[in-house]
Amino acid sequence: MEVYLDNSATTKAFDEVGDLVRKVMCEDYGNPSSLHRKGMEAEQYVRSARETFAKILKVQEKEIFFTSGGTESDNLALIGTARAYKRRGNHLITTAIEHPAILNTMRYLEDEEGFRVTYLPVDQYGRVKLSALREALCKETILVSIMYVNNEVGSVQPVKEAGGIVKAYNREIIFHSDAVQGFGKYRIFPKREGIDLLTVSSHKIHGPKGMGALYISDKVKIRPIVFGGEQQKNIRSGTENVPGIAGFALAAKMVYSDLEEKTARMRKLKERFIEGIRQVDHVSVHGLPDETSAPHIVSVGIAGIRSEVLLHTLEEKGIYVSSGSACSSNHPGISGVLKGIGVEREYLDATLRFSLSEFTTEEEIDYTLKTLYNCIPMLRRYRRR
Amino acid sequence: MTFQTFLIKYGEIAIKGKNRYMFEDALVRQIRFALRNTEGTFRVHKCQGRIYVDCDGYYDYDETVESLKKVFGIVGICPVVRTEVKEFEELKKDVVAYMDEAYPDKNLTFKVESRRAKKTYPVNSMEMNCDLGEAILDAFPEMRVDVHNPDVLLNVEVREEVYIYSHIIPGPGGMPIGTNGSAMLLLSGGIDSPVAGYMVAKRGVGLEAVYFHAPPYTSERAKQKVVDLAKKVAAYTGPIRLHVVNFTDIQLYIYDKCPHDELTIIMRRYMMRIAETIAKENGCLGLITGESIGQVASQTMQSLLVTNEVCTLPVYRPLIGFDKQEIVEISEKIDTYETSILPYEDCCTIFVAKHPVTRPKLDVIKRSETRLSEDIDRLVQEALDTTEVIDVEA
Repeated sequence: MEVYLDNSATTKAFDEVGDLVRKVMCEDYGNPSSLHRKGMEAEQYVRSARETFAKILKVQEKEIFFTSGGTESDNLALIGTARAYKRRGNHLITTAIEHPAILNTMRYLEDEEGFRVTYLPVDQYGRVKLSALREALCKETILVSIMYVNNEVGSVQPVKEAGGIVKAYNREIIFHSDAVQGFGKYRIFPKREGIDLLTVSSHKIHGPKGMGALYISDKVKIRPIVFGGEQQKNIRSGTENVPGIAGFALAAKMVYSDLEEKTARMRKLKERFIEGIRQVDHVSVHGLPDETSAPHIVSVGIAGIRSEVLLHTLEEKGIYVSSGSACSSNHPGISGVLKGIGVEREYLDATLRFSLSEFTTEEEIDYTLKTLYNCIPMLRRYRRR
Repeated sequence: MTFQTFLIKYGEIAIKGKNRYMFEDALVRQIRFALRNTEGTFRVHKCQGRIYVDCDGYYDYDETVESLKKVFGIVGICPVVRTEVKEFEELKKDVVAYMDEAYPDKNLTFKVESRRAKKTYPVNSMEMNCDLGEAILDAFPEMRVDVHNPDVLLNVEVREEVYIYSHIIPGPGGMPIGTNGSAMLLLSGGIDSPVAGYMVAKRGVGLEAVYFHAPPYTSERAKQKVVDLAKKVAAYTGPIRLHVVNFTDIQLYIYDKCPHDELTIIMRRYMMRIAETIAKENGCLGLITGESIGQVASQTMQSLLVTNEVCTLPVYRPLIGFDKQEIVEISEKIDTYETSILPYEDCCTIFVAKHPVTRPKLDVIKRSETRLSEDIDRLVQEALDTTEVIDVEA
């Protein structure tokens, strides 16, 4: 049995998306900038994709920009705004538990471009402390970036409240949210949550890889970070990735149809899994297991077994999961997020992330639990001493 | 400048008496193999006690030189301008043109060394030396002749064609692979073992390798890393047959039965036993390890004595007297360093005790091993039976 429970790392593309991407690549392969009919055809895909995202996010079409993925969207959002508004001030705010695409970009802005960055702490459930946000805001603040759903423990951030606090302090401050893990699981309406910039990614919602988008409120000026043929209003030069854009839009349409039903099903499976794993001794479910956490992410510490060892054991049984977060798994070491939420020492190097998708079944969850019950005692017997 | 031929200089082979042709043939074979994926068409041939690589038509000079620099047995690589045999006046022009192009900075001393292998050529070598030198001096007054210690030794050889060359690019030295049997390298994924393999291979020894894999404690990526390392070493040695032994059950069994501080040393003994069995099955004449005295607990003199005791084949430890930094330098030179330092756990470290024995006593270790008598033979046999073979080529 093959059980893919690493959907926060990436997802299997919908078959329909695969078919469409192939069609656009091989048949409707024009360059949207070309003046002839082939170009027009291609442009139609881009227009209609923009329309799709505008509808889903309830924003204007002209506020949607396509990028090469979540990382680029985050870079464009942070660097592009910081540079555009540096005359207003040099202070940026984010949280300590952001994805590296945010944290490393912030570090770059600190080291290379002279900005000052405040990293907000989180509570034991992995939610940013709003009191700290209030304290951090100052005259010099030009940008606040808070993620929608944390990718390691699945904590949903109080984005709307944060947006309110930021805007109440100073309407001019730009508010960005990285919604890579939230998009496709929640209905997100930037304009109602005080969000000026929103990052979304395609391959986390059964779309093609190398594809993302950034919502940029028309009230926000942003400087480009790549230069070229001035496509997409010169905010993001480069021939549009038409197959990717078309596939992304279709995937978005598909995840958002019957969304509530699907997320409710995921949540039920998540609860089933949590209940099952709690039968094992010395196990800790990080973050909040209740409804305020994302429906698809479970972060579990299993004391006494190095996460990588358990990961490979599960792999042997056809079950694919992540240790900590896949994006940081290339750098073995302790996850900053887990430390940040005060996870106990014995769980730090022993945490796995199980992440579900709309394809996950009850049978798969039960098989995973059964496998865990079988291998945990054996693995706990052999440890470094 | 376009070179049409490389003259291959080889050192030690020349002294090998009646076996010489064997060494030369092996070198020719290795050169052909090294060039098989290089862009261009190459003709590698022996001619009057020399090896030439002719490259007519388009080829990538830099890639070709890089490939040749990895062939053990080559001491020097001389890029040669090859032209047809012409009137002597024309030859002079070619030689002057060569010097002009090869040495943009003319402030140097030179010596012409001519050879007239084609005895029908009307000018003899002494005359050629003088007249070619004169022609060069006429063309480039800044150049001077120094017959004792010249900056440039210009070789002009008249054979079926004319060969003009003066550069010598150093080769790796050593002896051609395949002239000295083969040996089994214990390849771990660390910095040392690929270097050890390289060093023994340099003496003409073909390599096979054995890697101890311990899933789920070591990952597929750790195994891939070892395959990648074998691939880097194979750029010098030719194809390497990699034997991947699943070591988990043996390791856990030792963990269960033996004192924890002896785990590593006992494990090493079983690795040596298994490596030796596979080596013998494959006709290898020795084992190679990357051990260096005192580097870690399992490499003290006492530990080496205890691990060595299980082997009947000679164990070659070419790094035995090397410091880490010296090993690192070689690994950088052979391009294994970057891969070696990728952070994947190998099977030697997963259960390592906080304080492993550093002065194990053979009789104590042997006594501990008796606790394994019930199942160990079966487990070793299973490990041998399930060994995966991967043929790795650069």
